[in-house]
Amino acid sequence: MTVQHDSSVYERIQAGERFQELRRRYRSWAFPMTVAFLVWYLLYVLLSGFARDFMGTTLFGHFNVALLFGILQFVSTFLIAWLYSRHAAAKLDPIADELRAEEEDK
Amino acid sequence: MSHETLSTILFVVFVAATLGITFWAGRNTKTAADYYAGGRSFSGLQNGLAIGGDYMSAASFLGIAGIIALSGYDGFLYSIGFLVAWLVALLLVAELMRNSGKFTMADVLAFRMSPRPVRTAAGVSTIVVSIFYLLAQMVGAGALVGLLLGVHSEAGKIWTIIAVGLLMIIYVVFGGMKGTTWVQIVKAVLLMTGAALITLLVLGKFGFNLSGLLGDAAAQSGKGEAFLQPGLKYGTEAQGLAGKIDLISLGLALVLGTAGLPHVLIRFYTVPTAKDARKSVQWGIGIIGVFYLLTLVLGFGAAALVGRDAIVAQDKAGNTAAPQLAQKAGELIFGEVGGTILLAIIAAVAFATILAVVAGLTLASSSSFAHDLYAHVFKRGNATERQEVVVARISAFVIGAVSIALSIFAQSLNVAFLVALAFAVAASGNLPAILYSLFWKRFNTAGAVSAIYAGLIASVILVFFSPVVSGAATSMFPDSDWHWFPLSNPGIVSIPIGFLAGYLGTILSKEHNAAKYAEIEVRSLTGLGAEKASQH
Repeated sequence: MTVQHDSSVYERIQAGERFQELRRRYRSWAFPMTVAFLVWYLLYVLLSGFARDFMGTTLFGHFNVALLFGILQFVSTFLIAWLYSRHAAAKLDPIADELRAEEEDK
Repeated sequence: MSHETLSTILFVVFVAATLGITFWAGRNTKTAADYYAGGRSFSGLQNGLAIGGDYMSAASFLGIAGIIALSGYDGFLYSIGFLVAWLVALLLVAELMRNSGKFTMADVLAFRMSPRPVRTAAGVSTIVVSIFYLLAQMVGAGALVGLLLGVHSEAGKIWTIIAVGLLMIIYVVFGGMKGTTWVQIVKAVLLMTGAALITLLVLGKFGFNLSGLLGDAAAQSGKGEAFLQPGLKYGTEAQGLAGKIDLISLGLALVLGTAGLPHVLIRFYTVPTAKDARKSVQWGIGIIGVFYLLTLVLGFGAAALVGRDAIVAQDKAGNTAAPQLAQKAGELIFGEVGGTILLAIIAAVAFATILAVVAGLTLASSSSFAHDLYAHVFKRGNATERQEVVVARISAFVIGAVSIALSIFAQSLNVAFLVALAFAVAASGNLPAILYSLFWKRFNTAGAVSAIYAGLIASVILVFFSPVVSGAATSMFPDSDWHWFPLSNPGIVSIPIGFLAGYLGTILSKEHNAAKYAEIEVRSLTGLGAEKASQH
């Protein structure tokens, strides 16, 4: 079952200061981070296409820069996923829960 | 006992178990929310496993292990795009979709638009993307049975396709989202266990010396150290600049496509809240990431232990590298019986993998047909829940039957490119429409419709005139040549077209609904008014 709210409720919340803060906190984290990991990934693909000598440089044994770069993509993906959950739990969820609870309890 | 017999027995056990689950789930499927979204009652971990089960197709398990085994590093490059893509879903899409949508992708796109044109476009795109993906999987299943079970007759392949198709129809028609999700969870656990087991055996064989494994793989490959570097498969030096641009184009479609794939998007509706959607994507990222790291060891392990000649002798594309490695590793460590058992296990897991993925695709496309096209376009929103679910079940049957027929027709053609095409359409048409819907106040009906159709049509046309369809020895139609587009992957052209069309469509039309934007924005970020889990 889903509670229907009048559209004026949403416009009022949207105009409110706390929602604006929630929106700012969400966007100012998610948007730059998206740009960052896309650039980081594209750098990896571009190097794989155009800087093969560099990517083939041996680091130790049979382990080269290309493998290191690939593993780092895994590491950064896991890291960003973890950082996002921390950010969301600390900065986003409290405001979102509060705004939702206020309206649902009415 | 031969490995074929053992594989068949294991597979029959899997089918029996999943059918049992499906009928149990079917008895608990009463409302539309049960059928489309599994009652929204799965936990973050369960849905995370199902995300893995839905996403790790045979193409990514056998295909990527095979590419690594034959072309080395480039297979790894491919898998990284599949993984990083989940960050787009996590940061921008999963939670907001969960809060603002109901059953399908179109629920979010049509939220503040004129519903009929937008739902029509989203429904068409969903069905096209899902059927492309389905065809690649089902034709692959036909080829795989020949390789793994020794069935090489034409009739054997056709019967395999029919059997896979019938099972997927049964899972979806009777089990709905609940049954399908459980099939995917079981499959994910089996696949991860199987891959981890073989990985441990391979690493053990090399005394857990990764560098030693890489060295042996490079030496056995006949390519030397180049085997451990990019460039043997994608954007080879022989292909010149076009090849390298093609590599970037593929990378773009992979990284941006996932968050626009309808069967991925509907997974976010199966959990009670946006927080659970977030958790499930995080579990998904963990599972998929670990899986691709295992695949890296499997691929290089196959190159080192099975060897190029033995792999190519079985299948030129290397799709049997992982099962062959399972057999070899088992033999080396436990003797011949061990090899037979491991090969049988991995072969059975491969079929389980295909079944779980095709069921997810059939569910996504039939849900969209029933909820978007039937209930909202034909019936203008006047269908009852009961009617909708009946239509969803019928369309699952019809889509399944059509896929079986198309797959039989296409089984001798090289249709592996359809997976990359599905990602390209999702990235070019669906993703711009979703992102604009969630984040751009001014976005409107004309913009949504333009983005979806432009992205869809541009991707399909460019691929139709590319070397994957005609004009090359590996084309779908190798004996004809009508190609003029030099790249195999359209993404680098079609993705900007989709985003641009969405922008132009929007600014050229005055219509837009500020009140509804307030609703979707507040709802997506706070969950106020979001669909609740059903109470049982």
